[in-house]
Amino acid sequence: MLTNNKRITILCGHYGTGKTNVAVNLALSMARAGEKVTVADLDIVNPYFRTLDSAAAFNEAGIRLICSRFANTNVDLPSLPPDLYAITDDKSHRVVIDVGGDDSGAMVLGRLAPAILEEDSYEMYLVVNRYRPLTPDVPSTVEVMGEIEAASRLKFTGIVNNSNLGAATSAGVVLRTVDYANELAQAAGLPLVATTVEENIYPDLEGKISDLFPLTLQNNKPF
Amino acid sequence: MAEKVLMKGNEAIAEAAICAGCRHYFGYPITPQTEIAAYMAKKMPKIGGCFLQAESEVAAINMVYGVSATGKRVMTSSSSPGISLKAEGLSYLAGADLPALVVNVQRGGPGLGGIQPSQSDYFQATRGGGHGDYRMIVLAPASVQEMASLTVKGFDLADKYRMTAMILADGTMGQMMEPVSLDFPEAETIEKPWATNGTEMKREHNIVNSLFLQPDALERTNFERYERYAYIEQHEAMWEEYRMEDAEICVTAFGIASRVAKNAINEARKQGVKVGMIRPITLWPFPVAPFKAAADKVKSFISVELSMGQMIEDIKLATECKKPVYLCNRAGGIIPSPDEVLAAIVKANENGGDL
Repeated sequence: MLTNNKRITILCGHYGTGKTNVAVNLALSMARAGEKVTVADLDIVNPYFRTLDSAAAFNEAGIRLICSRFANTNVDLPSLPPDLYAITDDKSHRVVIDVGGDDSGAMVLGRLAPAILEEDSYEMYLVVNRYRPLTPDVPSTVEVMGEIEAASRLKFTGIVNNSNLGAATSAGVVLRTVDYANELAQAAGLPLVATTVEENIYPDLEGKISDLFPLTLQNNKPF
Repeated sequence: MAEKVLMKGNEAIAEAAICAGCRHYFGYPITPQTEIAAYMAKKMPKIGGCFLQAESEVAAINMVYGVSATGKRVMTSSSSPGISLKAEGLSYLAGADLPALVVNVQRGGPGLGGIQPSQSDYFQATRGGGHGDYRMIVLAPASVQEMASLTVKGFDLADKYRMTAMILADGTMGQMMEPVSLDFPEAETIEKPWATNGTEMKREHNIVNSLFLQPDALERTNFERYERYAYIEQHEAMWEEYRMEDAEICVTAFGIASRVAKNAINEARKQGVKVGMIRPITLWPFPVAPFKAAADKVKSFISVELSMGQMIEDIKLATECKKPVYLCNRAGGIIPSPDEVLAAIVKANENGGDL
């Protein structure tokens, strides 16, 4: 399952796979279960569509957000949050880390890797979307996975299948990625820990896919 | 039919360019269009193409000039401040009658401005930017699918008319993700007998140049070029009409603003307001015909723009100021909410068309 008993959950992947949506929903589900939760947004690649968009929901759920103070502004710098080390120093919180896309985004983890490895209570999931044009199959995804591991100096422990076509996602769209996800898990030698789907198609897939995890998507865009 | 993929607008432009046969990309990174360069950097080496990160925008546009002169499909992309730097090259391309595809994923300005979406380069795109008498075909996509299809169309038009086609998008269109089909019609083969691609000792040398030693030759070339532009104005305008059948108020918007406007129009229709929209898809040539027709029917026009009001001038020109044209705008990187647009529509409706 996506929810686990480790203190830190790290979400990495090719950019545009939906890591932020998965991170936001995982954190909210942990908070609902009564945990003290921190979301750490370490995206230094993309200045748009950030965890900060969920600030109101985090506030309501009592979730602490560690985030670059320049997110959603005009300052386009790969800057890290000043409270970065609370991730590894403050062990009273469980932490969900949302990492920027590809190896260039994962590089940030290298700084935290020694402390994360020393504490030895983490999961690192590769979030995948087969409908992204540069990772349409197992070999291309495995290649990105290797690049992220090299940059982050951490090894993946599981795979999250978040394959979707945005607003055009149907149950069939998700079902067509089941083989890909299983083959990827086998090729990588990692468990497929979850398949994440938008809550409106969750009922159609219940019982058909194991370890299904529902996502509530933010929909506050004016266009 | 091939399966759809989930793409950012910027990626859709890059992949569509490759589908259209573009194998040469020159650019320099700038937010919010950097994914185009990043995508090309990953993909071009795998398909025998050329990706080159130039030392500046000025260098990139001159590399475009060089490749275009050889008859190959070529493109560059940037965002607002970077397009200003390319302006000299755009004028030289026009002066040498060279085809090229140039992408502007606009951000807020003027100056360094910001990285959030904007439409304030409308004048720059439709009125020149560079010096001299020239035009560019300007295409304004309003979905990720159109980012792809208009890129392919842009290459075809550029080759057909030997001029620059520009994709005028904005930061949101570049960054947002939507499902895309990458099935495009087979590209037209357009002969380029003017290309400097080797005579093989079988023909005279071709020369690509924008310098004319005799004033009368330069004048003649300008007049000939403008005959071509007049033909394009007659034949290549594209637009979409939305709920215009019985409309009394005509909203006008392109790109991301048209999507916000559509939401507002649907809400206004629920309240019984007779409102529709003309969405220009080509900004040059501006679709004059539907505006002329609408000017005889509607009470007023509302131009919804992410600028201080630029397209509004083309609406006034197209309608010959027959009916009032009002502005509903945000600037500096802010997108209006559907409620703001709705409020303008409702107010105009209550005031007999006036805002």
